[in-house]
Amino acid sequence: MSLSQWKVFEESVVDQIVREGMDLLIDPGVRVHNQNALELLAQAGCKVNLDIQVAKIPEKLIRQCLATTPPAFDLFDIEGQPVVHYGGNQIHFDPGSAGISVLDPINNQQRSPTTDDFIKWVKLVETLPQIDAQSTSMVCRDVAEEIGDLYRLYLALNFMRKPIVTGAFRKDTWWTMHELLSIVRGGTTELTEKPLAVFDVCPSPPLLWSDLTCQNLIDCAQTGVPAELVSMPLSGATAPVTLAAAVVQHTAECLSGITIHQLAKPGSPIIWGGSPAAFDMREGTTPMGAAETWLIDAGYVQIGKALNLPTHVYMGMSDSKLVDAQCGLESMGGALTAALIGANMISGAGMLDFETCLSFEKLVIDAEAIGLSKRMAAGIEIRDNPIALTVMRQMGHRGDYLSLPHTRKWFRKELYIPSDVIDRGSYDAWQQKGSKSVVERAAERVNVLLEGYQPNQLPDDIRKELTSITLRSARQFGMDELPTIKL
Amino acid sequence: MTNELLTQISQSLVDGDPDATLQLTERALSAGLEPLTIIRGGLMPGMNTVGEYFAAGDYFLPDLIIAADGMKRAMEILEPELRARQQALETPGTVVIGTVKGDIHEIGKSLVATMLSANGFKVYDLGVDVPIPTLIAKVKETGANLVGLSALLTTTMTMQREVIKALVNEGLRDKVKVMVGGAPVTRSWAEEIGADGYAEDAMGAVALAKKLVGIDE
Repeated sequence: MSLSQWKVFEESVVDQIVREGMDLLIDPGVRVHNQNALELLAQAGCKVNLDIQVAKIPEKLIRQCLATTPPAFDLFDIEGQPVVHYGGNQIHFDPGSAGISVLDPINNQQRSPTTDDFIKWVKLVETLPQIDAQSTSMVCRDVAEEIGDLYRLYLALNFMRKPIVTGAFRKDTWWTMHELLSIVRGGTTELTEKPLAVFDVCPSPPLLWSDLTCQNLIDCAQTGVPAELVSMPLSGATAPVTLAAAVVQHTAECLSGITIHQLAKPGSPIIWGGSPAAFDMREGTTPMGAAETWLIDAGYVQIGKALNLPTHVYMGMSDSKLVDAQCGLESMGGALTAALIGANMISGAGMLDFETCLSFEKLVIDAEAIGLSKRMAAGIEIRDNPIALTVMRQMGHRGDYLSLPHTRKWFRKELYIPSDVIDRGSYDAWQQKGSKSVVERAAERVNVLLEGYQPNQLPDDIRKELTSITLRSARQFGMDELPTIKL
Repeated sequence: MTNELLTQISQSLVDGDPDATLQLTERALSAGLEPLTIIRGGLMPGMNTVGEYFAAGDYFLPDLIIAADGMKRAMEILEPELRARQQALETPGTVVIGTVKGDIHEIGKSLVATMLSANGFKVYDLGVDVPIPTLIAKVKETGANLVGLSALLTTTMTMQREVIKALVNEGLRDKVKVMVGGAPVTRSWAEEIGADGYAEDAMGAVALAKKLVGIDE
């Protein structure tokens, strides 16, 4: 039995936020910089001003589109097993994306990621049981920028078994990525039936769909590939400073996205997600470790659930530049909050410096924060009836429960047992192991885990096909060879 | 058939099923297996596997304790059989163990006692709040070569020093090795009070005991 979900709004406020979100789509309406979407909206009866590319979406149409949106769907791993359930209050975690740097644990400097970094990352994610899905976390700087999106997916597909959260940087590369996924799944129909990937699509605050993201959204709908709305109100900067009003903006952006998406193809899977931030009024930055950021997240997830939609958040990250105490406290605060509000996919593990940098050490530490958070969300289960009488009367006043079969029967289910990244030993034991900090222990665990990595079973001909498609794209942008990858 | 029974006995310890360990041991005796064969071919390999799993981080304290309990229950029916055959299991040592006077904490001490027992030591567990004369008497009676003293409080750990003084006064100090343990106890405390060794946990206590009686692992 999980804890009842933590909520930030009264029911009446939820209704008002949804109402105001819908009202915003009439006045001032939503900006749509994509011709296909404007046509879809106009055909469905929206007032569309083509000169300023603004559409006014009536409530009736929004309601109609909400009604065709699936409340739940599954993601399947590379072998075709369902492993992620979007819907209800099930929670899953995936790494943050897309980082433009990695943190070097030796000198604590950020540097550009390479092919080898991302392969190592994908392998590490595979070995962490707390993390449910991959993400195309890094933009590798050793390939042409124009194939940065699809190249990450190409690498991940070669090394992953878990499903993946991804996204396209261009309109044409979305289709190349779709092709890569279809080849691995064994066909486009098979990919629709058993989704392997989710595509993030990000409206621009306030109330704008760019040509690129809007086309990605439509292409996802028409192929049945799940789309994940990532609405990013920045309260006090690109959104109202009041938190509830930022949630209204999020609601309006996501409702417009769902409308376009469901008009493109009713019944296609889509997720109510986001990555808001409470603008930092001193530094002018987008803190992921701010309580107000988490509150906006909690607010919009509550709205998404009220609308019976699958949900997503970017949480569990840190604004620190190092894997330090600030990094730990911010990441845990975000991950725990996300777990307690029951967001279906929680993206952010391994990420710091807002949403820019990835750290292998942070990823394995975050896995422990995720383990704790999942345990908290699972709550306390009643294992026996009566709860205690039988076992306590059996023991009387003896205190050696450690030797009781009842203890052995339940302790693995009752306890989340952390890896040795978390130190719960005595001072003496800690000294004997070399008096190491959590970052040092994490660095060691990265290596231990990588040794235990098990490759996926993709046949060679499929790998070759993936390579030839990726190379075809690379050659369009002046790259004759791809970096060598060692399986 | 014989080998299969021994394998099953070993597996029952790994599975943490003391009832099965007992039944299988009984069945092995009825099938005519020698007690020493059962111990060396069934029980000891099972305990070793459990110990390996614990060291690897796959097993935890309840797994260890319940396996040790299975071992103990099997030994309770095997020991009379050994005596009847005028056989004995070579034991690395005899241990008198207890929580010191004034201290009623039991878990750590019992854990150490159980693990020493599972590793072949003959263990006399005097329980908690053990008066010094009781402890001295037991050492004399059993001819023990090891004494284990537990204390969980900073206020009672000083009693460990008193026990060691008493052992000196009784002329027993050179006949026994003294191990101390408990939450506030440290290596430097052990040295200060003239104990022979200190261990961090139950597995450490087994290693220490073996070292003190001259068995190299």
